[in-house]
Amino acid sequence: MKHTLAVLVENRPGVLTHISGLISRRAFNIESIAAGYTEEPDTTRITIVVEGDEIEQEQVVNQLSKLVDVIKITDLTAVESIQRELVLIKVKASVETRSDIINIVDIFRARIIDVNRETMVIELSGDETKIDALCQVLEDDHGIIEIVRTGKIALSRGPIPAKDR
Amino acid sequence: MMTGAEAIIESLKNENVDVVFGYPGGSVLTLYDALYQANFKHILTKHEQGAVHAADGYARATGKVGVVIATSGPGATNLVTGIATAYMDSIPLVAITGQVAVPLIGRDSFQEADIRGITTPITKHNYLVKKVEDLPGVLKEAFYIARTGRPGPVVVDVVKDVFAAVLDYQYPKEVKLRGYRPIFAGNLETIDKVFKELSLAQKPLIFVGGGVNLSGASAVLRDLIEQTGFPVISSLMGLGCLPFDHPQFLGMVGMHGTYAANMATTECDLLLGIGVRFDDRVTGLLSEFAKKAKVVHFDIDPAEINKNVMAHLRVVGDLNWSLPALVERVKDVSAELKGHVQSWNDKVISWQQEKPLNYEHQTDLVMPQEVIEKVSQLTQGDAVIVTDVGQHQMWVAQYFGFKNPRSLLTSGGLGTMGYGLPAALGAQCGLPDRKVILFVGDGGIMMNCQELATAANYGFPVKVLIFNNQTLGMVSQWQRMFYGGRYSHTSLKGNTDFVKLAEAMGVTGLRVTKAEELDKVLEEALATPGPVVVDIRTPEKVDVLPMVPAGARLDQMILGGSEG
Ligand SMILES: Cc1ncc(C[n+]2csc(CCOP(=O)(O)OP(=O)(O)O)c2C)c(N)n1
Ligand SMILES: [Mg+2]
Repeated sequence: MKHTLAVLVENRPGVLTHISGLISRRAFNIESIAAGYTEEPDTTRITIVVEGDEIEQEQVVNQLSKLVDVIKITDLTAVESIQRELVLIKVKASVETRSDIINIVDIFRARIIDVNRETMVIELSGDETKIDALCQVLEDDHGIIEIVRTGKIALSRGPIPAKDR
Repeated sequence: MMTGAEAIIESLKNENVDVVFGYPGGSVLTLYDALYQANFKHILTKHEQGAVHAADGYARATGKVGVVIATSGPGATNLVTGIATAYMDSIPLVAITGQVAVPLIGRDSFQEADIRGITTPITKHNYLVKKVEDLPGVLKEAFYIARTGRPGPVVVDVVKDVFAAVLDYQYPKEVKLRGYRPIFAGNLETIDKVFKELSLAQKPLIFVGGGVNLSGASAVLRDLIEQTGFPVISSLMGLGCLPFDHPQFLGMVGMHGTYAANMATTECDLLLGIGVRFDDRVTGLLSEFAKKAKVVHFDIDPAEINKNVMAHLRVVGDLNWSLPALVERVKDVSAELKGHVQSWNDKVISWQQEKPLNYEHQTDLVMPQEVIEKVSQLTQGDAVIVTDVGQHQMWVAQYFGFKNPRSLLTSGGLGTMGYGLPAALGAQCGLPDRKVILFVGDGGIMMNCQELATAANYGFPVKVLIFNNQTLGMVSQWQRMFYGGRYSHTSLKGNTDFVKLAEAMGVTGLRVTKAEELDKVLEEALATPGPVVVDIRTPEKVDVLPMVPAGARLDQMILGGSEG
């Protein structure tokens, strides 16, 4: 099963090396990892999606917690949370195919953010299944040139922040 | 106001560091100048690997933090094996390395190596200090992190310019780390649950490890053992925390464990693992390990729980908290518990009597096990024993009668050949009044034999007993047992004369070739002041037994001696 972890870390040089080094050394199955600043300037928040059973997920949490720069880890799978990922997709698009692509984009509530003679770039944020579905349709009907995904980020519902859980 | 280099010396003093081990070079010249001016005690080894193992041996023997200094690039990379060795055995070290100047970082400059990146998987934490103002805080944290909780090595990489830069020095009184709060006390309710399991168990077994030696909890462990009457087994790293001749002690468990220890582990219904990490050399085939038992795991590091062996109960906290709390519960029902386990104890003792450790005695050849037993008698088990890695290491674990905690210094986790000699020097440096004896193979001694010169230069009176079996014994044992006796590159037959080697470096050299000489030469070696090397000729083809082949169950031992 997949677990989404909110990992709060000190915003210091080398923190990401420590985290990624640990993950690879312990051979953990990490599906995605996304990092960025938070409401506190000295804290970085990393969302990690781990694949594995309860024992493996416990090891991931315990081993990551041992890192001196890791302040707090919350398992957002255990609480109600909102999860999002952002994707940018560059598809093949000619004058003839553009309107069909626009239709697809509308259905998915995605956005077109760049167009030129041969390509269009589409932006979509949503959960994994929705993004996968859009990619599939575009690939089948028009052909995808390249994709970039941010990896999942997640936030719990309700007033309590991850750092206080 | 003072320089960064002076600030480091001040910080070392503030941490009560009385000696550092190291080797100078370009990036740490300013720091070495400050050492010189402050007349700070520094041991110059012949190789940075020697310095880091010496700092490790010092730490293991004294319980204090070992400190090592090396220059950037090759100086720092020469520390890597020693840092990894300390990391695997949870030894507190602070390694201070020089780094190239800030403008040169990241340009493949002369003697630049990303030691922080290199040591990330083998340190508890590491730092790169680019600003002199950060230095006092970083050093305070480094020592605190190295020593507290589950100890471990910390690397502080300092760029060259920082040593000369000036700061207004103030050593912080305390550390503030949001992400690091070592646990002392755990949950008392779990102690109640453990107590309940103890009283229900028919076949309980206590398994002690390095955590007991490191935490200094051996006295209270002794209480627990005496109050419960339960039998006890040990990992390699746990040896010494209980006297070898304690009537409840069954010896070491695992690949080269005793018959009784391995059988007791297989048959027990409750296993109390105390400061252990269930290494594969202990468990044998993991899925079959202690299969009939409920496991209770005591450790300070929550990440050890359920890492290898699944625990029915976890007691996370310092052993100096958990063990006294458990003893408190147990002491009123001591007689009851002992009565409860009487028949189990009888069984365990019968295993011990049935198949004790034994080996073939030879009339003319010097048997390695006999050397160890002899040294054990001569020293009354009171010396600090250091080993290298190989067959001799396992025989020391089996045949030396350890009496005190911190009396066996050995590279258990990483199994680092070349560890022994420098570690012995570090131990002797920290405990000048104790006898320090090194058991080392003819292979391992050559991995850091340059440190014999260090022993001579500083007059460290370590006694170096080389088990000269003319082979990489442990490897050739595996070749004999599992590779059809094809001795691929394990013969050490050559022309090296260890007596002359010792003498060339200013160390007394002695030799034993026949069994009848053994007693006399050992006594002479122990009585000779200063460092001594004894070249002991032992037979080539002797196996360390019992042995559980890799991946087999603990009760599937190949037994030795007269049992075949
Ligand atoms: C640095 C290092 N290299 C290789 C090994 C693998 N190894 C383990 S034991 C051993 C043989 C050691 O031979 P020796 O020092 O003569 O000791 P003996 O086993 O003969 O007592 C070797 C090569 C190791 N443990 N460490
Ligand atoms: Mg040998």
